[in-house]
Amino acid sequence: MAVLKDVEKEKLRQLFQGLMEPVTLLLFTQETECQFCETTRTMLEEVTALSDKLSLTIRDFVADTNEAERYGVDKIPATVILGAKDYGIRFFGIPSGYEFTVLIQDILGISKGVPGLSEETLTMISAIGTPAHLQVFISPACPYCPSAARMVHQFAMASDHVRGDVVESSEYPHLTVKYNVSGVPHTVINEDHSIVGVLPEKDFAREILKVLGVKWEGADVSVK
Amino acid sequence: MDIETFALDASVFEESKELSTGETYDLLIIGGGPAAMSAAVYGARKTLNLGLVTKDFGGQVGETSAIDNWLGFQSVNGRDLVNQFTEHVRAFGIPAKTGGAVTAVSREGELFRVTTVDEGRYVAKTIIAATGKRHRPLNVPGEREFLGRGVAYCATCDAPFFKGKTVVVAGGGNSAFTTAVDLLKVGAAVTLVNAVKGWQADEYLQERVRQSGAVRFLDNHEVSLIEGDRQATAVVVKNRLSGNAKKIDAQGIFIEIGLVPNSEAFRDVADTTATGEINVDCSCRTSTAGFFGAGDVTTVPYKQIIIAAGEGAKAALSAYDYLLSRGFI
Repeated sequence: MAVLKDVEKEKLRQLFQGLMEPVTLLLFTQETECQFCETTRTMLEEVTALSDKLSLTIRDFVADTNEAERYGVDKIPATVILGAKDYGIRFFGIPSGYEFTVLIQDILGISKGVPGLSEETLTMISAIGTPAHLQVFISPACPYCPSAARMVHQFAMASDHVRGDVVESSEYPHLTVKYNVSGVPHTVINEDHSIVGVLPEKDFAREILKVLGVKWEGADVSVK
Repeated sequence: MDIETFALDASVFEESKELSTGETYDLLIIGGGPAAMSAAVYGARKTLNLGLVTKDFGGQVGETSAIDNWLGFQSVNGRDLVNQFTEHVRAFGIPAKTGGAVTAVSREGELFRVTTVDEGRYVAKTIIAATGKRHRPLNVPGEREFLGRGVAYCATCDAPFFKGKTVVVAGGGNSAFTTAVDLLKVGAAVTLVNAVKGWQADEYLQERVRQSGAVRFLDNHEVSLIEGDRQATAVVVKNRLSGNAKKIDAQGIFIEIGLVPNSEAFRDVADTTATGEINVDCSCRTSTAGFFGAGDVTTVPYKQIIIAAGEGAKAALSAYDYLLSRGFI
């Protein structure tokens, strides 16, 4: 059964006319699909059918363990968005509700090859020299979450050291317990540092640098 | 578990014209909720040279899961309604400054100067302040410490985290009862705590919550403390008559005790009430000619989406009349 309404498909067709480079969506699911896997797959099939620049590759999380490991996929459904390279952009759980728009923003951003961040933020991100794993926990009905979700993906696109995971909280209750999440958006940086709510992009960059031990003083960056 | 829909907010993809710092606008609308967006549509239809300055679009509407009183829709999701509002506004190609909360508005001769948090400066002949309201905090110990760790203000966002848990809802109005409904849906055990005697929510909502038989009611009690360690574990309430305190074991508290007007930036240019609402007359005029107010940030009675939208329309038409009467257009 189709999950996208015709009116949404028409909007997407128009938006996708602006696609430049090809984008591949890599979905990890399994033979006996999980509760949200089937709907995620159907949605991605419908989205990618709307442009020749888009393609969908489906992998079995159980059978293709090497692929799953290669992309750091440890739970399903997982959607990896690939452009000229793997930027480290992931959705874990179904990108529905407010996050559906983030998925489309990601596709367009990757296709155009631009993260869409300010010059100052990009300069700050360029100071990141060690791995930063950003996991933002969201609820699809939360109006504040897409800003945080989109931001971690923009940061991932801007730095080879950053991986940005958007995690749909209700699908992974064990992770909400592990990271003590009871309000969203909730961003976990490298396992042990949390931000509740949404920060402006420069403040978010500053927070990541602080966690990584990079001292930021305006235009100058130095490692502590 | 229900799956949320796949509705696109197409407005975020449209290249809106940048608001210009070098231009004198006929009208600048400050805000991004239904009052502001309605004002923008009415202003655009009068072909005013107008602009919009807002932190974001949607306001409180985006936080609402189901809206049952917007005419023409028996029930509509807040997100979908906001998407339709923003698409409607964007269709007029109105220059907009988003992400920039307004920090000050000042009067300079016949003009107004607007300053944003990122030091943007804009000039206009008229202003409509439609910045809405934000959640009122309890201002009790533990509230800030446990934010996102048991303390919540958005049931649409956070109710699912309290599945099967014990939760206090502070407040006695429609928002508190709607939050209780959202929490009952996920099987939470709810105690409603109201600082005054009785309950202010619509009878319809009260009836719905009472019929569940799963909610404990505690009026005339105020929350005095939120306790916990890693996560909130208890809420201490005090009986306002006897002064006796009691501890309610709870893993969460949703604070729905009303709203605070976002009027701080306007207090030098327009009279406000003791609670911060901008005083407006029935034509949305304020104490300063050329400065208009609309929606929840003003003294207009009944804070409803449909009323805010109507007020936005009225404010735009008033601004238009003012511009004409002064020979500004």
